[in-house]
Amino acid sequence: MDFSLNEEQQLLKDSVDRFIREEYDLDKRRELAGSSDGYSEENWNKMAELGWLGASLPEEYGGFGGGPVETMVVMEAFGRGLVVEPYFATVVLGANFLLQGGSEALKQDLLPKLAEGKVKMAFAYAERQSRYDLHDVEFKAEKSGDSYVLNGEKGVVFHAAAADKIVVSARTGGGSRDAKGITVFLVDGGANGLSRRDYPTVDGLRASELTFDNVQAEAVLGEVDNGLSLIETVVQHGIAAVSAEAVGCMDVLLDTTNEYLKTREQFGQPIGKFQAVQHRMADMFIKCEEARSMCYLATMKLDESEALERAKTTSAAKVQIGESARFVGQQSVQLHGGMGMTDEMNVGHYFKRLTMIDTLFGDHNYHLKRYSDM
Amino acid sequence: MNLEFSGEHLAFQQKVRTFLEENLPSDIQDKMKGGLRLERDDHVRWQNILAKQGWMAPAWPAEYGGCGWSTVERYIFDEECGRAGAPRVIAFGTKMVGPVIYTFGSDEQKAKYLPRILNNEDWWCQGYSEPGSGSDLASLQCKAVRDGDHYIVNGTKTWTTLAQWADMIFCLVRTSNEGKRQEGISFLLIDMDQPGIEVKPIITIDGGHEVNMVHFTDVKVPVADRVGEENKGWTYAKYLLQHERGGTAGISNSKAKVGRLKEIAGGIKAGGETLMDDIDFKRDVAKVEIELQALEYTDLRYLMTAASGAPIGAEVSMLKLRGTEIQQRISELLMQAMGYYANPYMPEAMEYGWNEEPVGFAEAPPLAPAYFNIRKTSIYGGTNEIQKNIIAKMVLGL
Repeated sequence: MDFSLNEEQQLLKDSVDRFIREEYDLDKRRELAGSSDGYSEENWNKMAELGWLGASLPEEYGGFGGGPVETMVVMEAFGRGLVVEPYFATVVLGANFLLQGGSEALKQDLLPKLAEGKVKMAFAYAERQSRYDLHDVEFKAEKSGDSYVLNGEKGVVFHAAAADKIVVSARTGGGSRDAKGITVFLVDGGANGLSRRDYPTVDGLRASELTFDNVQAEAVLGEVDNGLSLIETVVQHGIAAVSAEAVGCMDVLLDTTNEYLKTREQFGQPIGKFQAVQHRMADMFIKCEEARSMCYLATMKLDESEALERAKTTSAAKVQIGESARFVGQQSVQLHGGMGMTDEMNVGHYFKRLTMIDTLFGDHNYHLKRYSDM
Repeated sequence: MNLEFSGEHLAFQQKVRTFLEENLPSDIQDKMKGGLRLERDDHVRWQNILAKQGWMAPAWPAEYGGCGWSTVERYIFDEECGRAGAPRVIAFGTKMVGPVIYTFGSDEQKAKYLPRILNNEDWWCQGYSEPGSGSDLASLQCKAVRDGDHYIVNGTKTWTTLAQWADMIFCLVRTSNEGKRQEGISFLLIDMDQPGIEVKPIITIDGGHEVNMVHFTDVKVPVADRVGEENKGWTYAKYLLQHERGGTAGISNSKAKVGRLKEIAGGIKAGGETLMDDIDFKRDVAKVEIELQALEYTDLRYLMTAASGAPIGAEVSMLKLRGTEIQQRISELLMQAMGYYANPYMPEAMEYGWNEEPVGFAEAPPLAPAYFNIRKTSIYGGTNEIQKNIIAKMVLGL
């Protein structure tokens, strides 16, 4: 049993942490989030050059042979910086779909490009009626010659505008809520018949509503009609990764708020001297510790062979992360008083990101129900 | 990073597991699992078995009779004991006064008392709290006045757990009223079997007799039974409190209780199905199970940090705080599972071997009393509010 990073992982952490500390402050982030692309191509190339995009990919596909722990290290640091570049959509979701479901030729073609920063990806799965159920898919794919033609709508697709390739879940058989009959496709970001309605999200990222009108699929990922297990596996990687991002966000809030309590004076003393405030802060510390523990657990259980055990751990982690994030986010704003309400301070920006992380792949209520049914 | 114990640790785990299977008396195990009342003899019997094996105080340095186990091995031992349903070793001797004696005591004290703890010959209890001194322990008033080679002790200690069974008590007493309150306290080892000591039971809300008030009237204590220096007792007391907090998370025990909760709730009819099919109850169980898992892995993180030699500070306050909240929640759910049958109060049915027709559910009798009893956990060992003060001060620097 070991909760420490090995030497390479520690080097990776030092390098990402330094970048966030020195080159990714809130003003910079604000500027990027407000730019036309919503992120920086220059940063993206830098992430590729420094080896972060390929850190978790196997060496035979142009990566550095790491795994979930490397992803966790990067995501935690990106949480600290509220990074807007599409690392999560591309490297955590996209690359895992290719790795777990792509043909050898597809992997050989796309993964090295992805590691070099030449291919960005997005995952389109949510539909208006599906809420958080991954198996609730109305979006249709029909066989046409050797390929498939896609029709329907997908919602809140993060970083779709930046994506060169989009992974889409579609129904190829069965009823709209059947586990069987779902297939995962790869589509070109500029495919004919694909239209987007782009918008910013409340936490400063970009997303799109996508409409597919007879769009030609480029490839099937995984097995036809058996795509749900592939989706669930990738989503488990996604949940572990956003848990790390949330831990990074919460760490900043804990430090920032704690500092504020030591400097902000009212009634003639720092407000951190008041016991009501101290106890709130102690509760925040505890929530952060619990979130970190569950993040580690979810990350390390990604290699667990027992599927039920893996699924339970993932849901447990998402419940903990959601509850910790909600508490730490809300209380950070509260303890900052009026200043916590301002756009000027960083607190609100972390609060917003944490709030939206809870919605990703199912909120804490959804996963509590899922866990209790398992 | 990885979650697996090494082969060496797995072998150790197997060794402990086999020992427990072969040596834990089945009647004691049954009492523990059913939440029934343990007698003094049950504790003594089990601790004699551990003493014979040399496993009474694993954490002690080897020179004083400890096992020389690593931090991880000690964790595994506690975990396996909880899992098997073995009673916890009464902490006052092995985990509290023992470390104080071998750290601060005289050679005579070490030679006299440590073997008696290891051989399970003395039952110790703790004389800290007083009627007027709870969380504010340094305000204690129980007085020891020097008279030649003796102290004459007068005063009252309270919440003294199992004093009715104890041979010895370690006491914080006031030896000076000069200067800071903390600087006038001494640490005495007192024989319970002597004139002037009176133990009066305090019956708690669950109907049980665990705690007592202990009155001292002109009790003579040899100066040789003072640990360390006069008026330095507060230092030793704080050292001891840290030991106490470390062991109160009770994670393996809570895991066993969650298992029992699911088993019991799965056998209770509700809404035409079982209680474990009830959406709200099921979610409450899931919630506490997740909280327990988060605590377990936090505990393990701290454990591995400690095993690597890095200092672990007041973070253990978090383990006490969350550990006790979770124990309380589980006991509450166990009681709630009984529905109406939480009501009947049948102390006789909490004794082992009672074999009359149960009222309602056979599991029911100890569950409501246990819920009431376990409210104590967030109060003892430094209330949970005090733990938050410690976190705020020591971890967050507020």
